[in-house]
This record gives sequence, C-alpha cells and structure tokens, in this order.
Amino acid sequence: MSQLISADRLALDAATSTSAWGLLRLRQQLEQGLPLVPRPYLALAERTGLSEQEVINAITQWQNDGLIKRFGLVVKHRTLGYTANAMVVWNIPDEQIQALGKAMADVPFITLCYQRPRRLPDWPYNLFCMIHGTNRERVLTQLDSLIADHSLQHIQHSVLFSNKAYRQRGGRYVNHD
Amino acid sequence: MSTTTESRRQAPIADLNPAEKALINRLQHGLPLVRQPYAAVAEELDLSEQQVLDTVGKLLAEGVLTRFGPMFHAGELGGGLTLAAMRIPEADFERVTEQVNSFDEVAHNYRREHDLNMWFVLATETQAAIANTVSAIEDTTGYPVYNMPKEQEFHVHLHFPV
Repeated sequence: MSQLISADRLALDAATSTSAWGLLRLRQQLEQGLPLVPRPYLALAERTGLSEQEVINAITQWQNDGLIKRFGLVVKHRTLGYTANAMVVWNIPDEQIQALGKAMADVPFITLCYQRPRRLPDWPYNLFCMIHGTNRERVLTQLDSLIADHSLQHIQHSVLFSNKAYRQRGGRYVNHD
Repeated sequence: MSTTTESRRQAPIADLNPAEKALINRLQHGLPLVRQPYAAVAEELDLSEQQVLDTVGKLLAEGVLTRFGPMFHAGELGGGLTLAAMRIPEADFERVTEQVNSFDEVAHNYRREHDLNMWFVLATETQAAIANTVSAIEDTTGYPVYNMPKEQEFHVHLHFPV
C-alpha cells in the first residue's frame, strides 16, 4: 500500500516537475521581453517545452496572482516628454495615513503612492506620491489643487523634482522613478 | 555606463508619428492573451500586424521604449526591493554616482532637488541582500544610506499618454 502511494507520488512529482521546469524557463524567457513575431506565445512554447495554451494560461495566472504587475510596454517617460517628475512627500499623522493614502490614490495625476518609513530626525515624511508631468508649472498647479481639495494645508510636505536620471533600466518592474 | 553618456542620452524628446503614438498609448494597457495578439491590436488600431511588429521593434531599437512584455513584480518574486536616498555634497556627487551605479542592484538612480539629493531603487535576488547592499554602498562611498522600503502601496497607475 505504502509503495503504491509513493509510486503515485513519484509519478505526480515527475509530472509537476516537468511543468515546473517549463514554467521556470518561461519566466526567464519573459524577463527578456515578449518575442516580436505573429505568435509570440507559440515562440515561447517552443523555447520552454510548454504548449502555446500552457504559456497563455501561465501568464494569465501570474497576472491574476499579481506576480506580473503589468503586461505591455515600458516607456522611457522622459523620451516621451514627461520631464517634470516630482516626488511629493508628506508627513502624515499615523492615524490619518489610511484615509489620506486612499484619497490620494484616487487623484488622476498621481502615478504612484506609497507609505514608507520616516527616518527621523532627517526625514519626517511617510507618504510618497509621484506626479509625472510635462512641465513643472503644471505639476505645481496640480499639487496646489490637491492641497486645496483635500485640506492638506497643515500637513508638512516637500516636492523633490528630479533633474537627472542616471540610470533607468530593468527587466523587472520596480515601480519607482 | 558613464554618467555623462546617461544624462546626454535622456535629452531628446522623441518625435512620434500618429501610428507610433496610438501604439504606445494602447500597449501601455497590455497585450491581449490570444494566439495572435499583435494582429488583435492591429485590428483595434486599424493598422496591419506587420506594422505593429515593425513599429514596436523600431521604438525599442531607438530607445523610446525600455522593453516590451510582462513585467514581473520584483517584490512578489521573493526578491528584495527598496527605495534609498543619500545626501552627497556637490563636489563628491559625480564620484558617488559612479560608485553607486556600479552596483548591479541599483535599478534607477535619480538626482533630486533636496538635501537628500541622490535617490535610487535597489532590487536584489533575496530580501536579506538589501541590508548587505546598503552596507556595501555605505562602505564604498563613505556616506550613509537612508533605506525606505515600501510599507504600503496605495496606488500604481504608471501610464503616460502621448
């Protein structure tokens, strides 16, 4: 009986490990980008030993699980004219951070919004929002309206425009710039 | 990659034709998971499949696009990810930039207008490697690193209409 179980388990492991190996290869292939051929999922299938449908299913699953954060193209936003890139940081009282974080998430011109730890005494800010714009004046006007709309006048904040990108790269999505 | 080359490279703003703009806007929202995804997008935009393939290839070659395909969420893959900042005096800025960028773990590095003037993202294979990398950068540069990992994500909406 126990032999039967372990034989079954071996067979199962063999089946799973084949596909796990294929999935690992698929993940590695995908980090290099999607092939620019009419049937890219088929091309990936040929490189990984999976079927075209298995490739499509795996990508669907990874998207649903949040492992793949986005699927499409990654732009060099500066090259597209988004040269005014402001990191707006706020010192939000801890008891208000949930409400304000959620409120800012609904603001259309905010591209990213994260809570991060303060580093006292040098850095009192705990909420980080990115605004990517085509010019500074417009970004600052958007910020003024944000402050007025959400009554943030009494919240300490700072605006850190970036003036040089020394490096922007990566096959992995790191969600910040 | 030298600092000067990097900063020079970012200067020109791409001159895009209507098909390129339409594709950039469309593909920032993803690619359909069907057997012939480029043909599907081509039909939506009234282009040919070959035009879609050629245009994406051209934009990648020209550096307008960084990459095309699924982006894995580094944190979800079990790796480490953090945002870090440093306060670097002007006279030392160039040297420290080169030192920091020599670390493979540095994914983005931006100069920002603040007392903390150097901001970069660290992406490592394991969570534990973040602390080691932070220490190594401090040892190499001689300046402290302020490590500010994400505690909560409220919003990600990184789309850039053209």
